[in-house]
Amino acid sequence: MGNARDLGTSPDEVQFRFRDDEPVDHGTVTVDACCDQTNATAVRIEPGDDARLLLPFLDRLALVEVNFPVFGDGRGYSAARILREAGYTGELRAVGDVLIDQLSHMRRCGFDSFAPDKRLDKEDAMRAFATWENVYQRAADTRRIIADKRHEA
Amino acid sequence: MYRYDQYDQEMVEARVAEFRDQARRRLEGKLTEDQFKPLRLMNGLYLQLHAYMLRVAIPYGTLNARQMEMLADIADKYDRGYGHFTTRQNIQYNWIKLEDCADALADLATVEMHAIQTSGNCIRNISADHFAGAAADEVVDPRPYAELLRQWSSFHPEFTYLPRKFKIAVIASAKDRAAMRLHDIGIRIVKRNGEVGAEVYAGGGMGRTPMIAPLIRDFVPIDQLITYAEAALRVYNRYGRRDNKYKARIKILVHELGAAEYIRQVEEEFAHMLTVGVEPPREELARIAEYFAPPAFVDGPKTVDRSDPDFALWVDRNTHRHKHDAYVSAVISLKPAGGIPGDATSEQMRLVAKLAREYSFDELRVMHTQNLLLPHVRIADLHALWTALDEAGLGSPNMDTIEDIIACPGLDYCALANARSIPLAQRISERFAESGRTGELGELKLKISGCINACGHHHAGHIGILGVDKKGTENYQLSLGGSEAEDVSLAKITGPGFDEDGVIAAVEKVTDVYLTQRSDGERFLDTYRRIGMEPFKEALYG
Repeated sequence: MGNARDLGTSPDEVQFRFRDDEPVDHGTVTVDACCDQTNATAVRIEPGDDARLLLPFLDRLALVEVNFPVFGDGRGYSAARILREAGYTGELRAVGDVLIDQLSHMRRCGFDSFAPDKRLDKEDAMRAFATWENVYQRAADTRRIIADKRHEA
Repeated sequence: MYRYDQYDQEMVEARVAEFRDQARRRLEGKLTEDQFKPLRLMNGLYLQLHAYMLRVAIPYGTLNARQMEMLADIADKYDRGYGHFTTRQNIQYNWIKLEDCADALADLATVEMHAIQTSGNCIRNISADHFAGAAADEVVDPRPYAELLRQWSSFHPEFTYLPRKFKIAVIASAKDRAAMRLHDIGIRIVKRNGEVGAEVYAGGGMGRTPMIAPLIRDFVPIDQLITYAEAALRVYNRYGRRDNKYKARIKILVHELGAAEYIRQVEEEFAHMLTVGVEPPREELARIAEYFAPPAFVDGPKTVDRSDPDFALWVDRNTHRHKHDAYVSAVISLKPAGGIPGDATSEQMRLVAKLAREYSFDELRVMHTQNLLLPHVRIADLHALWTALDEAGLGSPNMDTIEDIIACPGLDYCALANARSIPLAQRISERFAESGRTGELGELKLKISGCINACGHHHAGHIGILGVDKKGTENYQLSLGGSEAEDVSLAKITGPGFDEDGVIAAVEKVTDVYLTQRSDGERFLDTYRRIGMEPFKEALYG
């Protein structure tokens, strides 16, 4: 199956990226395939997949795409945090029905690149990323939460 | 009560700005209605039968006079001079215009209020025991824990697109005055060997598949409460059903997995989350708790002059024992006979605000029974308070009686309803007030829903009424034996439904059965539980 269609998005489709390294530009496989083969470096998580199946392979992964077929299905937010909590430092890309008003939450859950099906208005997106100057709860980012700031010496 | 600091204020202001921007993008056509819908819902804005409805959050039902006055101002400025208090201690306005909404939210933000997460598939406004901080029987004031949960759940990045809405209630007494076990998560704050912790229930709810939440942990140390909540929500977010909106609440997940398996998964996630470290610093709970320090109570008379029988009746029915013996909590009934349950005019709201300043340390509560409450009233002030309430039509002495009906807005407002609830509630309360039987019947909780979604809590009514659509006409099913309290149970349907007149007659018949069959001291619910459904069926259909 040398010419199997690449499941993933290409770097050209990435509209926002908060990393300096070169994006991975080769075969993205399913979670099942990733668990079966030893050389995949890019994988795509669908909403029903268990992100924890990937934990043994985090060292070799450089790109994890999390697909949002519809924006209202929020399982991908948990998948992202689970990977970051396990120490994954590679690219975590939100793909699919990614909209302006989900960007800031996705960023907090650990996504650092975004390849929306429909390109977003850049100005609206930048405003959305910056919506919350402060946050109430801990997430995958390293921001100090409001409660921390209240009690700093 | 809690006051915003610069951070809390900044958060609500950021939210208003965000909503203004979303509304702009909707108007510019950058957002489809499908994309805009969940965004407006997360700001409490619904599209109803005739207009937009705005639901404003009243966290754990606590507010001050200034906030109540703002609610009155909003009713006058953007609506038709009244509002509707709900079973989740919020207020709804039924005639809001979309173009006014951001301005209304901005006005609310000036008094530390908002409509954040009062709708949508997210963690909703946290409710609590309405007597919190006042009740003689509470272990601690549950509100600091509710406030901690409010902050944690506000704009939670992982839990904003849950399978379905998620409601949390917090109590801290053996008595349950918040329908705690009929929530997605119910929390009872307890003390064990002097240490405060949380007893946690999950998977309760009403709607078309009513369920009572099973206990999932008997003690979560209080400094791990947020971590545990995070774990419970994560399991739900990952595994709650998303294929069918009617099976998407956590109750279905807990039911299908079985409580033991759900608990196992939560414990596993909890153990993991403890290593991640998501709990806010310990000092935060202490900071919040300071805001809820009891006011400076003073000693005074412990009894009232009972020479006026109307006043004495109101005191007996509408006041609740306070932790300080010179005070009581006083219930302001929004259930005048023939009135619309939970509705208050802006004038009434302003009066209640004024009375809160004069008689209750500037503090007010919204009850889940759709009434208002002054939590800390000196017994010496009760007569003056009652006089003022009575003059404004707010002195109905009917707390927990058959006139104290919970009813959803029903087909008069709601786009989901199959039948009207309000006119039925009006006719029933009028009927019993006129016949004078209200007192004789004692505690009798009647709850009416205009559709299967059960916003009127009919499953939890001692007597429940569910409106259905039967071949284009309104039909009402009667059920008996429900309770939302610590003796929680789900009501059972009596049999075939009735038309509007028929169901009113049926309610009278079942109360007759109770009066003839009761033993000393039994409430309607106790008699039903002792004698079972048959005698009631016999009276209704025999």
